[in-house]
Amino acid sequence: MAILQIKNLHVTVETEQGTKEILKGVDLTIRSGETHAIMGPNGSGKSTLAYTIAGHPKYTVTEGEILLDGEDVLEMSVDERARAGVFLAMQYPVEIPGVSVSNFLRTANTAISGEAPALRTWIKDVRAAMDSLKMDSTFTERNVNEGFSGGEKKRHEILQLELLKPKFAVLDETDSGLDVDALKIVSEGVNRAKEANDFGLLLITHYTRILNYIKPDFVHVFVAGKIAEQGGPELAERLEAEGYDRFVKA
Amino acid sequence: MTTSNATIPVQHGMAEHSHGAGVPVQTRSERVRSGNVADFAPVSKREEQYRYITSEQLAGLDADNLDEYVGDISIKHPDGVTTAWVGTEHPAFGGAGLPEDRPSAAAWGSAQQAYLVTIPGDAKSDCEIQLGIDSESDAPSALHVIIEAKPFARGTVILDHKGDAILGENVEIIVGDEADITVISIQDWNSKSVHNSSQFAKLGRNAKLRHLVVSLGGKTVRVSTSAEFAAPGSEVELLGMYFADAGQYLENRLYVDHAVPNCKSRVTYKGALQGEKAHTVWVGDVLIRQAAEGTDTYELNRNLLLTDGARADSVPNLEIETGKIEGAGHASASGRFDDEQLFYLQARGINEREARRLVVRGFLNEIIQKIGNEEIESRLSASIEAELERSGS
Repeated sequence: MAILQIKNLHVTVETEQGTKEILKGVDLTIRSGETHAIMGPNGSGKSTLAYTIAGHPKYTVTEGEILLDGEDVLEMSVDERARAGVFLAMQYPVEIPGVSVSNFLRTANTAISGEAPALRTWIKDVRAAMDSLKMDSTFTERNVNEGFSGGEKKRHEILQLELLKPKFAVLDETDSGLDVDALKIVSEGVNRAKEANDFGLLLITHYTRILNYIKPDFVHVFVAGKIAEQGGPELAERLEAEGYDRFVKA
Repeated sequence: MTTSNATIPVQHGMAEHSHGAGVPVQTRSERVRSGNVADFAPVSKREEQYRYITSEQLAGLDADNLDEYVGDISIKHPDGVTTAWVGTEHPAFGGAGLPEDRPSAAAWGSAQQAYLVTIPGDAKSDCEIQLGIDSESDAPSALHVIIEAKPFARGTVILDHKGDAILGENVEIIVGDEADITVISIQDWNSKSVHNSSQFAKLGRNAKLRHLVVSLGGKTVRVSTSAEFAAPGSEVELLGMYFADAGQYLENRLYVDHAVPNCKSRVTYKGALQGEKAHTVWVGDVLIRQAAEGTDTYELNRNLLLTDGARADSVPNLEIETGKIEGAGHASASGRFDDEQLFYLQARGINEREARRLVVRGFLNEIIQKIGNEEIESRLSASIEAELERSGS
């Protein structure tokens, strides 16, 4: 049983207009096997939370802490966090020209597991995960995210989630830019990975539709850099019906 | 003309740009061409050829007279290929072109003989010739190499430069009608070496040349590559890859002269720079003369600046004298290391050092993958690994 604790997290970012506080005291605890949905309007700081957990250098933590099984995550470099078991599925994965998917996946797996995977079982695992995400086998020969469609980028992120077996996964608007078929395939991938590895899941989304496929245990409404309300799955249903207006106006 | 360097902020590093052709000082074809060093003015910033390099950096290679090269030349080749030292009166001497700058002319006039490699017309594509130039001398010296691919010949020639040298070199590449060859020139000198190499290619009818310049080691390495089409239907692919460390100066100059119809040229050079005063220069001149209808040309240069304090100059020049062409274009971009790429890789557990290496390898891979020869590809990959290791990235 692993536990990820976010306590009174305050985060700033440098903008042209100066330092701006985006997160204003976030408290959140996620345990293995739990699915937490973070929902909120644009600009509420959802993605900032995701990137801060992963350690993007753009964001500065001014107050609060993030603990993974009691270890200080904020003291860790980006790659140390990943090796400690934190995974971020990015909303806008970048292209890495000249680096093939197969090379990238193998390098990442070696880094995270601490040893090079046995070639035969590795190829089998990759193939199986790709098949279930309905990805063509030639995909591994392409360069990372280069010329990928929006759907291919998201599948590639979830492929990594399946292969890298983290303790905690943060999905940053993985549902954006996907049609219903792709959303289904991607969601099934997330559920399968979760079934296999029992990670804690933080699902960041603007819309409720992904929650039809990935069932949350907890729903948090994020407004103006804070959690404004939390509850069970029924809160998502209410948001579906009422929208965010209630919170934004308040 | 454009110059891109480290001070230009380029988001995600690799954005392309293009612009109209600048107004050249003179048409490229009017530049002096001669094997006599006395026909060239001293090296000075006023001349376009030496805009970035000083006489001091050339370490004596721009003098009137150089010693003859006395270092080792090792050769490995299959049966059928012949090699010989020939005099300057040999018909192949000067068969591919004439010097266009002072250091090239100095080496030309100082070499009393040339090392001639002849690839016969029945050579097949697996014909691989390795020419090792391994020197241990600090006196400015001159070497003249001629590669003659007879009509219909196939094959690959690798020029492998190693050791300590101050070398003025001319390499002539004569590609006969219908021949299809690859020439790879690797500069992997020790850190004090100075090398000025002018490589001239002349292509016969329907001939094909793939030419690759790999500059890794050496204090100052300046390679000028020119391609001239003697008859229609020919094609050149000029590729280059360079990696400059702190204090290193690597220059590449290209000149493709489209003087006859229906020829094709592609120029693709990529470089990585790292460390204080790492400096690379790329100048790509393409001239499409009035008679060269149906020309198809594109040139590209990209530089990846890994650290502050490095400088990449990139200057494409396109001069077009006829409108009846297939296509002509160029792109040049120099950018910093993309921190978002680094974040992405690190977020997958890959440490910063390995992530940087992965990105650099990927960036340069595009050139290596074009070689189409697995053995050479893995050798060049290993050279880049060694370079990354040396530079401590």
